[in-house]
Amino acid sequence: MTKVKSIEELTAMRERLRAGMAVRENGNHPEELPQVRVGMGECGVAAGAKDTMREFFAKLAERGVSGVVTQTGCMGHCDAEPTVEVEMPGCEPVMYGNVTPDVVDEIIDSHICHGEPVRRLVLTESVVGRNIKS
Amino acid sequence: METVKLTIDGRHVEVEKGMNLVEAAASIGVKIPTLCYMNLHGLGYGNGPGACRICVVEVEGRKTLAPACKTSCTEGMVVRTHTPRVVNARRTVMELILSNHPKDCLVCPKNGHCELQELACSLGIREVKYDGEVTSFPKDMSLSIVRDMDKCIMCRRCESACNELQTVGVLSAAGRGFHAVMGTPFGESLQDTGCVNCGQCVAVCPTGALSENSNMADVLRVLADPAKKVVVQTAPAVRAALGEEFGLGGQSVTGRMTAALRRLGFDYVFDTDFAADLTIMEEGTELLGRLKAYLDGDRSVKLPLMTSCCPGWVSFVEKNFPEAEDYLSTAKSPQQMFGAVAKSYFASKLGIDRCDLVVVSVMPCVAKKSEAARSEFSHDGDPDVNIVLTTRELAQLIRQFNIDFTSLPEENFDMPLGVSTGAGVIFGVTGGVIEAAVRTAYEVYTGRKLDRIDFTELRGTDGIRSATVDFNGVPINIGIAHTLGNARKLVKEVVAGTSPYHAIEVMACPGGCIGGGGQPYHRGDASLLAMRATALYGEDADKNLRKSHENPYVQQLYDEFLGEPCGHLAHELLHTSYYDRKPVVEECIYSIKNNG
Amino acid sequence: MAHYHTYILTCGGTGCRASHSPQIVAALQQAVDDAGLSDEVKVIRTGCFGFCEQGPIVKVVPDNTFYVSVKPEDASEIVREHIVMGRKVERLLYISPETGKHVPDSRHMEFYKPQMRIALRNCGFIDPENIEEYIARDGYAALGKVLRMKPEDVIREIMASGLRGRGGGGFPTGLKWKITREVQADCKYVVCNADEGDPGAFMDRSILEGDPHSIVEAMAINGYCTGASKGLVYIRAEYPLAVHRLQVAIAQAREYGMLGDDIMGTGFSFDIEIRYGAGAFVCGEETALIHSMEGRRGEPTVKPPYPSECGYKGAPTNVNNVETFANIPPIILRGAEWFASIGTEKSKGTKVFALAGKVNNVGLIEVPMGTTLREVIFDIGGGIKNGKRFKAVQTGGPSGGCLTEKHLDTPIDYDNLLASGSMMGSGGMIVMDEDDCMVSVAKFYLEFTVEESCGKCTPCRIGNRRLLEILERITAGHGTEDDLKELKNLAAVIKDTSLCALGQTAPNPVLSTMENFWDEYVAHVRDKSCPAHRCRDLMSYYIDPKICKGCSLCSRVCPANAISGVLKQPYSIDQTACIKCGTCMDKCKFGAIGVR
Repeated sequence: MTKVKSIEELTAMRERLRAGMAVRENGNHPEELPQVRVGMGECGVAAGAKDTMREFFAKLAERGVSGVVTQTGCMGHCDAEPTVEVEMPGCEPVMYGNVTPDVVDEIIDSHICHGEPVRRLVLTESVVGRNIKS
Repeated sequence: METVKLTIDGRHVEVEKGMNLVEAAASIGVKIPTLCYMNLHGLGYGNGPGACRICVVEVEGRKTLAPACKTSCTEGMVVRTHTPRVVNARRTVMELILSNHPKDCLVCPKNGHCELQELACSLGIREVKYDGEVTSFPKDMSLSIVRDMDKCIMCRRCESACNELQTVGVLSAAGRGFHAVMGTPFGESLQDTGCVNCGQCVAVCPTGALSENSNMADVLRVLADPAKKVVVQTAPAVRAALGEEFGLGGQSVTGRMTAALRRLGFDYVFDTDFAADLTIMEEGTELLGRLKAYLDGDRSVKLPLMTSCCPGWVSFVEKNFPEAEDYLSTAKSPQQMFGAVAKSYFASKLGIDRCDLVVVSVMPCVAKKSEAARSEFSHDGDPDVNIVLTTRELAQLIRQFNIDFTSLPEENFDMPLGVSTGAGVIFGVTGGVIEAAVRTAYEVYTGRKLDRIDFTELRGTDGIRSATVDFNGVPINIGIAHTLGNARKLVKEVVAGTSPYHAIEVMACPGGCIGGGGQPYHRGDASLLAMRATALYGEDADKNLRKSHENPYVQQLYDEFLGEPCGHLAHELLHTSYYDRKPVVEECIYSIKNNG
Repeated sequence: MAHYHTYILTCGGTGCRASHSPQIVAALQQAVDDAGLSDEVKVIRTGCFGFCEQGPIVKVVPDNTFYVSVKPEDASEIVREHIVMGRKVERLLYISPETGKHVPDSRHMEFYKPQMRIALRNCGFIDPENIEEYIARDGYAALGKVLRMKPEDVIREIMASGLRGRGGGGFPTGLKWKITREVQADCKYVVCNADEGDPGAFMDRSILEGDPHSIVEAMAINGYCTGASKGLVYIRAEYPLAVHRLQVAIAQAREYGMLGDDIMGTGFSFDIEIRYGAGAFVCGEETALIHSMEGRRGEPTVKPPYPSECGYKGAPTNVNNVETFANIPPIILRGAEWFASIGTEKSKGTKVFALAGKVNNVGLIEVPMGTTLREVIFDIGGGIKNGKRFKAVQTGGPSGGCLTEKHLDTPIDYDNLLASGSMMGSGGMIVMDEDDCMVSVAKFYLEFTVEESCGKCTPCRIGNRRLLEILERITAGHGTEDDLKELKNLAAVIKDTSLCALGQTAPNPVLSTMENFWDEYVAHVRDKSCPAHRCRDLMSYYIDPKICKGCSLCSRVCPANAISGVLKQPYSIDQTACIKCGTCMDKCKFGAIGVR
């Protein structure tokens, strides 16, 4: 029975349902959130980008971190697929190579949660995490 | 009484809170013109849709002009009724109405009585600036009423009368915009609708859109025919109102009316009041019969007995409550009793064939025209009553015949069908039939003479009244209703088996026949009806004979011709039966609803 | 459990449905299934996105890719390219008319940038047939909050927000609630006026189609505040999709306990019923609406009494429009202060407009009060179609006025629009360009109001008809200078004397075009010419002999055989035979045919 019997029940229901809305809600203001773009060109897909993307969803959800995970085309580093671009609010994007599912959690923990890019995976060193404002 | 102070045209006035501006202005002699508005609160209803916009006035602080008829007085209100803005608006609205109104005033049935015509005159309209499309609708008529919707100005008075007052629900606005008009259900002809021909719509229509189906030409034809003997009967309410047409309002003009009818060329001038006395003999006997059976324990007897004098009411029962038909008295109405007696008893007295005797009746009523045409009221195709005129038509005939009504001498009715008692006279006012019946029934039932003839407890103007008359220890409960809206309440109780009454009198029109649809137009003045009632009660009081059974000519009629009241011949001539006359369309809807 | 990372939102509004959006949804779902992504990608049919000019719209989130004019056959490509390969389908992206470049996402579209969506917050975002999506977006949270407040405090909050009726009148919403609350009665009603009648307006429909629960929730809040336990939605039967979504929403709300007895255990009970209108424009007027719901003729009655005092079945009735209700939950949740911070001094919050006419981006928009007409027409609307010159914008539906160049920088709010000779109305906004004849425009709107007049009051029934007839004369070349004078007088009187807002505002298009485009009227009357070459009777096509090559094409395409000539010599048009269809001018390759 779905009948809501109290205002508290409604609140609980809303909290539960909110997760399903998060992807759409976040899409309204992606620049305020960590953005993860997974290269899903044929090369990326062949290298397992789909699994990488799924891992991002799973781990972000696990940690309760809001972020916008989208896919993009081939980013031109076919030798280092899967490639992933991470952009923190107010910062320039950082591109990672060889992002297999097993390193996803590290990127989230270090870069997204603590603002510290995982340097060993970064593809273009010059712009790493530079704050645009500074 | 809570009052408010306001200013109208610079004058201070204090009036009852909630009063509208038309009435407030009238109280200081400012007559704001109105058209759709009609205050019939004296009759228990009114019309004020605020639709015609003729009565607009300026109210300080209001952006647009206000309809005076729908604007309640409030404290400190400042009202101006004839500023240039108001006058221009009012004239423009009037011109708009006239731009979609036929200009055949000279031959209009309402010529001389038209409120629109008078208003155009008082506003000084000399030209109509607007031309363009003019609406046109097919004419419609029943035996009683003519509808010429080209002349309808959408004042909605007929709608109020038909729906609120009478709850008949035939006339209401149909169509939209420029083509909106008062219509019938599904656009049917009045004949085929639930219309009971009461004529209250005609009584309130300000223009020629609704009028009686005139039979003046028929009367002129028979009067000019030397082969015919023409008798005329006049209903009680006619004499109380006819004078209004000639500046003699508020009085009974029986003598002058009789004189006028003779000058019109009628061979015999008789009185429907005679037949009213006869009705009491029959209906009273019927009531006593039913009562006696009931008191003797017969529970199958149909009580209360409902009067059947009023054809609007009878038609209302047949069209709306056919299951209540058996409660109606089988006695014919006085008009039809008169016709039946004239065409048999009187024709044989004259020694002529009934077909050579023409019976004309003058009635306050348009429903009587339809009643006379009922097939059960004719004999081998010859109707008992040939032609029915309304009070208004009679007045017009009198004028046509160059008769100066005011200078006529007072004359008496002819014998034998011109003699009546006071009981017959009060048939014309609500409560009168039952009072007349009680006067007779009491004496017949108790065998004692009445000490007090005036049953004032049965009189009055309340829509529904009740009284208990003591018949020698037997309390007889009497219910009285006038207007069909009130009657509907009583007949619903009858159908539901919860009616507390032994007898019920119903008159379809407000005030009874004095407020009939064939009477001179009251134009919203309810005090006119009160004057008519006073005139009838006055005539009753002046009579020597005031109880129907005392009418010597009625007694003679029974002795010479009819035998017993409710006897065999009386039954054949003076009683009738009723039919289920639900309109076909409604029957269809009913069957669709119930059978899918 | 499925964990969706991408949503494909497809417009399921009436407009896009007509362009096969249901088939697009099905094809998208099929393509997602085929790609094995049904656990990751969710296809949702939403309400209207507003950008109807370019519908059907498909939006992919979270990257907000905005595909326009999508066809069912494009679905597989969108899924294959965008979802699987991560490449946007360029050919389906919106092209900015200014830069000529593809705009990859909706957040960078000029159409959306200046908009602020409060009433439309969920339209084009959630599945309107899924209450859980509504709840996830704080749905019914406002109801929950209100049920723990005192009704007086809620009303105070609404009053403080400055919200005014969005149906056209602009009456303060909180005050209306307060009045309804303060009337003592056993039974009260909440009515949602969803009788959207302005031609080209579809804000209410879109809200009901895209976010029906917001109305259900707001009505329940209103019920709690005013003391009503019954809500009625009056919606036109010709909005089948809105009706369906509302029915689904009401059923779900009952299932989830948001309607019915003892809502969320608070003891408050409220339920909603749908009443269908037959689509009469006048039934948007609240008294007419109530009469229609009562089963009576849908026509207005004079106010006072207002519905708040005496409404549906005589009970106090709070009537609010759909958009007004849609604003209620956000006000409750985010506070009056937040709402009052948006807009102008006397008009708070946002307003939804249906932008239509000769503007590039036709659609449904919501902007803060105080946005200028220029921003709406040139920024959001993308300017005038085909590079033509802006001439006028008509706001407020058929009874609004036409505003011109000089009004473009006026901030839009109730009072400014009124002061400029137009009105807010329900939010129709129709843009006209140099090719529009303003006399014809006035005639067009008047045709609508004449058609939609109920016919109750004289000025509207006959006056507006006469007004239209004068305009017909003028556009046919038969107008006189007297007609111009009379047009002004009549229009003013109709405004001043009509019973309801329909009649009072019907002359607005005439008055405002006369005010702003007097020269055009004069040209029609004095010179018998139509400067915009729109009035057929006042225009003629001609062939410039200097340019005509004598190719004969015009003569061959002329449906009336009005063009003749000799090959290789200039042709000519027989003006008496010409039917002014313009085909010849369209077909001429040399531009030799002109109009004057």
